[in-house]
Amino acid sequence: FQQVPMVEIDGMRMVQTRAILSYIAAKYNLYGKDLKERAWIDMYVEGTTDLMGMIMYYPFQPADTKEKNLALIIERATTRYFPVYEKALKDHGQDYLVGNKLSWADVHLLEAILMAEECKPDILSTFPLLQAFKGRISNIPTIKKFLQPGSQRKPPTDEKFVAVVRKIFNI
Amino acid sequence: DGSLLFQQVPMVEIDGMKMVQTRAIANYIAAKYNLYGKDLKERALIDMYVEGMFDLNELFMYYEIQPADKKEQHFANMMDKATNRYFPVFEKALKDHGQDFLVGNQFSRADVQLLEIILMAEEFKPGILAKFPLLQSFKARISNIPTIKKFLQPGSQRKQPVREEDVPKVIAIFY
Repeated sequence: FQQVPMVEIDGMRMVQTRAILSYIAAKYNLYGKDLKERAWIDMYVEGTTDLMGMIMYYPFQPADTKEKNLALIIERATTRYFPVYEKALKDHGQDYLVGNKLSWADVHLLEAILMAEECKPDILSTFPLLQAFKGRISNIPTIKKFLQPGSQRKPPTDEKFVAVVRKIFNI
Repeated sequence: DGSLLFQQVPMVEIDGMKMVQTRAIANYIAAKYNLYGKDLKERALIDMYVEGMFDLNELFMYYEIQPADKKEQHFANMMDKATNRYFPVFEKALKDHGQDFLVGNQFSRADVQLLEIILMAEEFKPGILAKFPLLQSFKARISNIPTIKKFLQPGSQRKQPVREEDVPKVIAIFY
């Protein structure tokens, strides 16, 4: 569709973020053990996607709406999204969001938490289980490595990047 | 009462779950009723097609609530995307394999969603499929599937296009 991202994988040139992530999740057993677990993972992932979408667009908002947008992001994170995941962890008391096993939903939530903390460092202050979750998932060796400098992880958006993006995408 | 996980609609009560998030709901139903391909790779292709359709659907969906001074540009953009970015992909897919359905020579959610997006596009521009002969025959073929044919008739659960007089109400609720 003339868009990025595009990932060359298993002989396919895959496009569409969700399609790519779904494929990788299913291939590497990060998508639950049955349809119902997959449904829960999908619901959770869509929620974190919505939150991350808000944070992603934030640097590109016009200057006069930035403050309001940041307030909305923080409000949504702390009253709509994080409570859901805190409750999920509380209700089953397990280490992972779905099916007592690491899944796409856990990776995605960690990413959303890290992005939200870039907006407000103490944003998890009222979510003890999410704090523990963050510590736990960050310690998974592959994830721990990815979070260290020198990995493929992208840095937070800075002003220079904003200018380049605006130019390329004409926004 | 906590029925809406993220305080949002749609919500569908199905198999003992109160499912939310459009894609999660659609994924579950598609997988349950074998409309999601026969393996991971077919599923990947279906997902790619469907995500493209979701993008186009979003453009259509947001048209009615555009402010008056942005409407014309939005309309031009969505028509351009439909005819130059999205429809050519699906026309080519049908042309390349010569089969009746988009993926795996079998009816899937991709076919349902493509029909839906075609019908939406035609609501805005009736002749929009003029340059897409295979999409025209696809449209007729899928519309004739008995369950779909029934759904497209008056009296079904199918929603009508948004009426102009409802737009202020929608804006008030969601924005």
